[in-house]
Amino acid sequence: MSDKLMPKDFATSQEVRWCPGCGDYAILKAVQKALADVGADPANTAFVSGIGCAARFPYYIETYGFHTIHGRAPAVATGLKLANPELDVWVVTGDGDGLSIGGNHLMHTLRRNVGLKVLLFNNEIYGLTKGQYSPTSRIGTTSPSSPRGSVDAPVSPGQFVMGCGAHFFARGVDTDKVGMSDVLRQAHAFTGTAFIEIFQNCIVYNEDVFANFTERKTAPNTQLHLRHGEPMLFGENNDKGLRFNQETWSLEVMDAIEAPDDVLVHDEGNAIVARLLIDLHLPVAMGVIYRQPAVSFEDGFYAHHPSRMERKKSITDFIQGPSSWTVD
Amino acid sequence: MNRNNDVDSIVIRLAGDSGDGIQLMGSQFAVSTALAGADFATFPDYPAEIRAPVGTTFGVSAYQINLGGGPITTAGDAPEVLVAFNPAALKVSLPMLDRGALVIVNNDSFTARNLAKAGYDTDPREDGTLNDYQVVTADISHLNLEAVKEFGLSKSEGGRCKNFYALGMLLWMFDRELGSVEAWINRRLAGKPTMRDANVRALNAGHAFGETAELSANLPQIKLTQADMEPGEYRSITGAEAMALGLAAAGELAQTPVMFCSYPITPASPLLHRLTHLAEMGVGTFQAEDEIAAICAAIGASYGGMIGVTSSSGPGIALKTEAMGLAVNAELPLVIVNWQRGGPSTGLPTKTEQSDLYQAVYGRNGDTPVPVLSASTSGECFEMAIEATRIAIRHMTPVILLADGYLSNAAEPWRIPDMAAFEPITKNIVPESDDSPQRRAFTRDEKSLGRPWVTPGMPDLLHRIGGLEKDIETGHISYDPANHQRMTDMRAAKTDAVAEFIDDQHIEHGPDSGDIVVVGWGSTYGPIYQATRRTGVSFVHLRHINPLPRNLGEILGRFDKILMPEMNDGQLSTLLRDKLCMETLPFSKVTGQPFLIREIVEKIESLRSNAS
Repeated sequence: MSDKLMPKDFATSQEVRWCPGCGDYAILKAVQKALADVGADPANTAFVSGIGCAARFPYYIETYGFHTIHGRAPAVATGLKLANPELDVWVVTGDGDGLSIGGNHLMHTLRRNVGLKVLLFNNEIYGLTKGQYSPTSRIGTTSPSSPRGSVDAPVSPGQFVMGCGAHFFARGVDTDKVGMSDVLRQAHAFTGTAFIEIFQNCIVYNEDVFANFTERKTAPNTQLHLRHGEPMLFGENNDKGLRFNQETWSLEVMDAIEAPDDVLVHDEGNAIVARLLIDLHLPVAMGVIYRQPAVSFEDGFYAHHPSRMERKKSITDFIQGPSSWTVD
Repeated sequence: MNRNNDVDSIVIRLAGDSGDGIQLMGSQFAVSTALAGADFATFPDYPAEIRAPVGTTFGVSAYQINLGGGPITTAGDAPEVLVAFNPAALKVSLPMLDRGALVIVNNDSFTARNLAKAGYDTDPREDGTLNDYQVVTADISHLNLEAVKEFGLSKSEGGRCKNFYALGMLLWMFDRELGSVEAWINRRLAGKPTMRDANVRALNAGHAFGETAELSANLPQIKLTQADMEPGEYRSITGAEAMALGLAAAGELAQTPVMFCSYPITPASPLLHRLTHLAEMGVGTFQAEDEIAAICAAIGASYGGMIGVTSSSGPGIALKTEAMGLAVNAELPLVIVNWQRGGPSTGLPTKTEQSDLYQAVYGRNGDTPVPVLSASTSGECFEMAIEATRIAIRHMTPVILLADGYLSNAAEPWRIPDMAAFEPITKNIVPESDDSPQRRAFTRDEKSLGRPWVTPGMPDLLHRIGGLEKDIETGHISYDPANHQRMTDMRAAKTDAVAEFIDDQHIEHGPDSGDIVVVGWGSTYGPIYQATRRTGVSFVHLRHINPLPRNLGEILGRFDKILMPEMNDGQLSTLLRDKLCMETLPFSKVTGQPFLIREIVEKIESLRSNAS
């Protein structure tokens, strides 16, 4: 590409049909901006989605796009990436699509470390089917299918992902332009499955479910933005930090001004600390929580394939089998 | 059966415990048979359990082979020679035999314990059970252990050579060379020299047993007529092997890599295994996490420009159903191979059936037509794999290719085709125009209604596809009522259009018109072929199930009665009544076993006597 593309160049002619005020609009903008920032080639980029509100995403991004069936986007994207490893393949999914009906495919995509960027829009509710509770809904969520409150415990996307052997886990908030664009760029640069949990506000069915930590005014005190090699500081003036409590084996908030040396330094390769960070309720950890590079599935696949999928031999080399005979 | 018989053909059944190496022994016997110029057909019949409890009737593994002068098209009705490695194998196989058959039993296994496990109260060798048969008893286990003693193997290791000892005996009986089997052992056990040498020794000792005075009874030596086969180069092939080669050949004809995505299931897995050996032809194999992921990854691979292929058996195909609809809607090429087995549900995993025809033709949500093909013989899997791929790419549609468990494992001699005789597989061209990429990606060929195969990575053709209904011209999402009608009509017309490209139906043999025509599809080809030959009635066999060949109705209309033997409850009969409004006579067999020739002969004869 000779001319640098702008975010608007990644918008399609299709009218966006999410509810007014939906968090998806902000995510769309952030992704379009991130693609422009990293100089993505639209012809070499594909967005694959399943079913749900989030799954409409490919129609609004000026790249290749495939809106597939419920839960199966990771499987379709795996086939696509195997067929053409040069492609930048993004999977857009939601908490229902990715963790309920498609949980199995997500699990295997993560353990294989397929080179996909997976954006999971978590709004803790089913939107497109009109508001039923989802696998990330908290116990007691009232919805059309749980009028007396849901009884099943939610899954933690972060713990699920770590349990599947993921190599990259990050978080962002739909409306946080700076944070989102940062994690999207880092996900783009990762070889293997880069999984981002995006806290997305469903304005119709689950409004403000994340307000306790996403409110702009209080965010400095409720969100911890992680950077590799830097101390885990937050608060208006970075006056608070996290330290490891050796008696309870947990992270705890501390006064960073008083004891700066006690503040933990973020090591994104540490899976144990990553799991503790995922479980923090306040502050909520954002940014790249865990990154541990490893060989991607497609690289392994091609490295082990005797001809790297090239046709080196012809059918005539094989058709005779171990032994043949001639009838005159 | 007398000594030094000259016979046209003979049916042999090898039966023993599933751990006795019966399948291996059978397939090696088939290869040496072929090398000696005989035609043959085989029927591996094994239990679903990997190692069922030793000595039980449900743990019996058998391999039936019919060999001799041709044409041999089935594994034979009644075995004329039975080799029974244990009492259970005898118990299970004896009812299949005609009186006078030769029964070879392994004496050593007829212990009180094994007799009890097989449900024999008394020893069948002594209580008159075998009076009507020619019986040869041999201490196969013991003689084999003696033969391999010098190798210092444990009792169980030494015992594992006994299938080759028995194979040596059989090869002597049919005057076959040991060379090909020895070569196979040397290749297969190259890394285990002691086992290799012990097996070769067992093989030779078994062969020598036939010639020497060690015989407890006279073992007959049988001379088979040479098969009268078309000149050419032949090999032994199973359906799984032929299918794998056919898919790889299709990739070569299309100059496109093949990505095979599947999940292990009986009896489909042999295709996955075979394809891993064809990697250098540009074939990739991906073992997915489940059946759904397998077809979805194949769809993803097709979207990415490779030939996506998936394969399974009935229950697995059911899981893939939703994704087939996606491929129909997205207009992507895809080949789906179904190795049918007994149903419903998990059913009979290792037994053959052809009961997924409804599923293939009718079994999807929405009006979702898909071309359906069927392979008749093991060797025919090769050309049908090419045909399925050709249709998938030409019409940009998923194609279902029906095979079955019998074909997957059954071996037959196969005349190696001349690849130059196959037309290249060409892709639809992207139209050069100023239209939007979305519109260009959905500009369909007027005759086939296939769209161009546009794949990510192609510059200037960015577009979106998916499972939602789309505008017939622009390709954008459309919920317009009239458009959905047009798209539904277009999808039906596209599948119908396949009939414009395929060969007309032909009559396999028999008169062009008359009182009875027998119509078959799939692996019933063999027994119907023989039965119609013997009775002189006409035989029509279908390779194209959906759409049907254009002239089929016209051909069948020339007969008074349409007899349809099927290993299901009359599914093709329903289809013909549906598509051609023709009255048919279903003839169903769902025992997990292929039709016997005589069953079809008797049916034809009873129809004739009813008519007269």
